Amino acid sequence: MTTERDPRPATVAADGADVLSLRLYVAGDGPNSVEARANLAAILENNPATRYQLEVIDFLREPQRAMMDGVIVTPTLVRVTPPPARKVIGTLRETVTVLAALGITAGSRG
Amino acid sequence: MAPAPTRYPSLEKTLTGITGFDGITKGGLPRHRTTLLMGTPGAGKTLFALETLVNGARQWGDAGIFIAFEENAEQIIENAGTFGWDLPALERDKLFFLDAKLPSTVVSSGDFDLTGILAAISAKAGEMQCKRIVFDGLDVLLNLLNDPVAERREVYRLHEWLLESGTTGIITAKSEGGEGVLAERYAFMQFMVDCVVSLHHRLVDRVSLRGLRVLKYRGSAFSENEFPLVISPTGIEIATFGTSEMAHEVSTERISTGIERLDTMLGGGYYRVSSVLVTGAPGTAKTTLAGSFASAACERGEVALYVSFDEAADQIVRNLASVGLDLQKHRDSGLLQMYSIRTEVMSAEAHFIELKRLICEFKPTCMVLDPISALAKTGGHVAAVHASLRLLDYAKAQGITVFCNSLVSDSDGLAEGTMTQISTIADTWIHLAYVVLGGERNRTLTIVKSRGTKHSNQVRELVLSNEGITLADVYSAGGEVLMGTARWEKEAEVRKEERHRRAKSERARRELELAEAEVSARIALLQRELEARRSELSLLEDADASHEQGLGTTHENMLRLRGGVADAASTHPNAKAKPATRNRAT
Repeated sequence: MTTERDPRPATVAADGADVLSLRLYVAGDGPNSVEARANLAAILENNPATRYQLEVIDFLREPQRAMMDGVIVTPTLVRVTPPPARKVIGTLRETVTVLAALGITAGSRG
Repeated sequence: MAPAPTRYPSLEKTLTGITGFDGITKGGLPRHRTTLLMGTPGAGKTLFALETLVNGARQWGDAGIFIAFEENAEQIIENAGTFGWDLPALERDKLFFLDAKLPSTVVSSGDFDLTGILAAISAKAGEMQCKRIVFDGLDVLLNLLNDPVAERREVYRLHEWLLESGTTGIITAKSEGGEGVLAERYAFMQFMVDCVVSLHHRLVDRVSLRGLRVLKYRGSAFSENEFPLVISPTGIEIATFGTSEMAHEVSTERISTGIERLDTMLGGGYYRVSSVLVTGAPGTAKTTLAGSFASAACERGEVALYVSFDEAADQIVRNLASVGLDLQKHRDSGLLQMYSIRTEVMSAEAHFIELKRLICEFKPTCMVLDPISALAKTGGHVAAVHASLRLLDYAKAQGITVFCNSLVSDSDGLAEGTMTQISTIADTWIHLAYVVLGGERNRTLTIVKSRGTKHSNQVRELVLSNEGITLADVYSAGGEVLMGTARWEKEAEVRKEERHRRAKSERARRELELAEAEVSARIALLQRELEARRSELSLLEDADASHEQGLGTTHENMLRLRGGVADAASTHPNAKAKPATRNRAT
């Protein structure tokens, strides 16, 4: 299992409901996967108020798990909490779309 | 004729197990290659692909993976339940379903690819030793990319992956803008893959018809025609004639038509394993002829299958009872199986499949289709002809004698008899018609053709009575054929003449007999008279003889008494000398 933790795990609050729990499914170092990682990092960077935890799952290393999770294409970003679960597929190129899907209002969280 | 598949030893094929398809493609889908299955909505793409997997697992033990992009895997499994494939059991063992339908809530942002899932499937395939794999509804997923270049890239990725994986792959995709036409941006797929199969679904005369066509098959011969596709209770069936070579067994056995006179006209009856077509206007007793045939079969102890279209079996039984045909007793004994089918609920092909099922179930030796022309109502003339011909072909191959009725309008009966083109392949064609004459409508029967049989060329009048069908001779008078009352009158007249003639000759005979008797009597009388005269004559002769003898004795006695016996000798020469003396004197 290769799980990349966010560099700031201290942001996990006691009331877990407020924490944005994310999973990013990628396929090794494929161009789309690399781009998605970069885009997601940038989005989270630009919204420092958001408390989150991120798990990156590599299809090539854990194919069965990814399939069990019902992920079909790479890259796929899944918001695990807060419910309901949401999925964004693609390179996460369009920031506004991604923010909306994740329920992040730019700069509102603190 | 295309060369046999053995000419291409390098190309391996994988049987689909789908009835008819493996014949068209001479062995199934290309093994370790990709086949594109495209078609209009509802044409049966998913089912075709699924059945290929199921058959592979059930018949050859091939493990398979089904990746569903369009429908939920659960739904697919549920839908397939109606075919009796027992997918849940297969799923535990041989099949794997991957639900790859993206939920509608998925947000798409930017480019994505299939690298991940293909890696996952590779792992699964290796674990299962998967032989067959289906990507169902790939276009649904690719649509989300919304970028032709990216779409093409993913299709090629998939294709390459399939080639590397060594599985036999099927990709299904919707065709748009007509049959066999993929959306322009997927058109390249047709060039990419090794085999392209097009399915379509269309309405003809309000009846749904499905068809299948192989558009391309690299390195293999295949039938390029379109074939009807039917979704039967056990799965997909592609309607084909099988081999183009006809090799039915030919029988010289005759079986009764159920009508004695008709047997005679046909030289003993129909040939076994032949097809009989009876055409006629409504009410010309086609069904009665059919019933007679079926009944005769049951009387011989054979199983007969009577299929009626748009008329209830009970109704036919009741109606035929009125002409002395008891079908009910054969139904009770199980020898006669009657099925009534509504024509318009199914396509001709679907009917064909249903009839095939009935044939397999009951294994009849005689079959009645009453009327086969009903099939022509079921959407599409060509399809109906095709289905009918194949049905007859199939029946022959099963050793069944088929009796078909065909409804035609009275006016141009023989022209319409060829409507379903069955008349051309039927071995015996009997035409029933009405002749209106002298205010009467009478039924006639003509044998239009009967292959390999010396048959009567005469038109007969068909008479229905409580005892069934009888065929009566018709009278030709002044170029007109007499029937019904006219025939009866003519017959009566002939009978009367016959009576007269008989009476006359009888009288003449009696007179002659009398004369003969008289002469004989006279002869006898004369004979007796002759005998009487003869006996008188003989009496007379006897009397004379005894008298002369009596005289001689008396004379000798007198001589002896006078003692002149010795003188008697000397006396005689004297007596003889007298005439000599007289001669000398003259």
